[in-house]
Amino acid sequence: MYGNAYIENDTKLVQSAQVEDPEKLAEFEARIARGEKIEPDDWMPAEYRRQVLRMIEQHAHSEIIGALPEGTWITRAPTLKRKLALIAKVQDEVGHGHLLYAAAETLGKSREAMINDLLSGKSKYSNVFNYPAKTWADIAVIGFLVDAGAIVNQLANAKGSYGPYCRALERICYEESFHLKQGYDAFVALATGTPMQREMVQDALNRWWFPPLMHFFGPPDTISVHTEKLMRWKVKMMSNEEMRQDFMEQYVPKIWELGLTLPDPKLKKKEDGSWEYTQPDWDEFFRVINGDGPCNKERLAVRRYAEENGRWVREALMNPTIKHIVPYA
Amino acid sequence: MVTSLDPRIRRADLEHSPASSGLNPNEHWDTFAIFHQDKRGTAHEFVGIVHAPDPEMALVFAKEQYGRRKKTVNIWAVRSTDIYTFQHKDEDMFSTVPEKTYREASGYPVRKRINKYLEELKAMRHKPVEEEEEA
Ligand SMILES: [Fe+2]
Ligand SMILES: [Fe+2]
Repeated sequence: MYGNAYIENDTKLVQSAQVEDPEKLAEFEARIARGEKIEPDDWMPAEYRRQVLRMIEQHAHSEIIGALPEGTWITRAPTLKRKLALIAKVQDEVGHGHLLYAAAETLGKSREAMINDLLSGKSKYSNVFNYPAKTWADIAVIGFLVDAGAIVNQLANAKGSYGPYCRALERICYEESFHLKQGYDAFVALATGTPMQREMVQDALNRWWFPPLMHFFGPPDTISVHTEKLMRWKVKMMSNEEMRQDFMEQYVPKIWELGLTLPDPKLKKKEDGSWEYTQPDWDEFFRVINGDGPCNKERLAVRRYAEENGRWVREALMNPTIKHIVPYA
Repeated sequence: MVTSLDPRIRRADLEHSPASSGLNPNEHWDTFAIFHQDKRGTAHEFVGIVHAPDPEMALVFAKEQYGRRKKTVNIWAVRSTDIYTFQHKDEDMFSTVPEKTYREASGYPVRKRINKYLEELKAMRHKPVEEEEEA
């Protein structure tokens, strides 16, 4: 799972673009325009490397941190089958983190450095995981709708230009379809269950729609020269708003079909086919991404605890002659 | 102050656990390229990498990462530093001669040659008669 918690910070990047060899840059852009993939040992502009690395790294962190709210519920899953499904899903998410760190490593940053940037708060991850999963119904909503959002995002990114990222996403998307389906199944079980179960799922839906799900794809993009370049380089494949519209188009009807409601009186499909909705509080989005969400501290504290308490195991296994090498693919 | 909904996290007493000093370089070890085989007798295929301290652990991690869902009968792990490779930028070294049909069965049109010979032979058989008439 993942969202576009993607904050642009232009100034340094624009400068680095100016020093690229114009001939190599033109050839690079022509390759992307022809639909070719860029591979780790190909020439690429420094800014492309930075942007792709940052995107994959944030995605990897989101998978790892995303395992935490759901992992909490493994011990309290209501049936054996739900427990098996949740264990499998959480294991997949951690696996996604590993696959994505590996793709990011091909761009020259070590996994240790990426994890250190996560632990220090320098590197971001999706805001959606900074909200608590209060009841079992939250797990159904996360599995269904957060993973649905992730699929919208990842299917778009899988058509991007960086080869190792696309290949990782191909496998990830395959597993996400299982996440979505098991989440939908748990969601429908509650929605079609006892009055108390319906109440539970409605309550979870109300809490997850605003703000986490409506924040998931990020604020509507300002069309800057920078965004246009990311789209031309096939780093960003769809605008945040296009993804949010795609998500609402696919999933709002599935929620309404069950007689459940969404906490937005303005929400409706307009005649032109697009969805009207109330803008969420974007100030909160920026507050949470900068560390001030309901669970930011807990998530990072748990990660730090895991790293510190796992250290003796790693050290016991450590071979002092090991040297870091950038993997080929 | 972390007040988690998760009792296990509350029990871990995160407030009093040592501050993280971060990971040291190479603390996540070396990388191994993983080759996956889905059926006995088919080729092992490169599927990705794992980080591991040694080949045995690489196989353990690879089993979790690459063998937990799809059909698997075997896995190879090869230390990334033990892979020797050309550079893609040198791929022109493989274009030696542009035309390589001389390496293909299709580059040898034997039947065409036979047919041409048989036709010539047929023509030769008629030739003497014509010559006689002219004489
Ligand atoms: Fe997922
Ligand atoms: Fe995932």
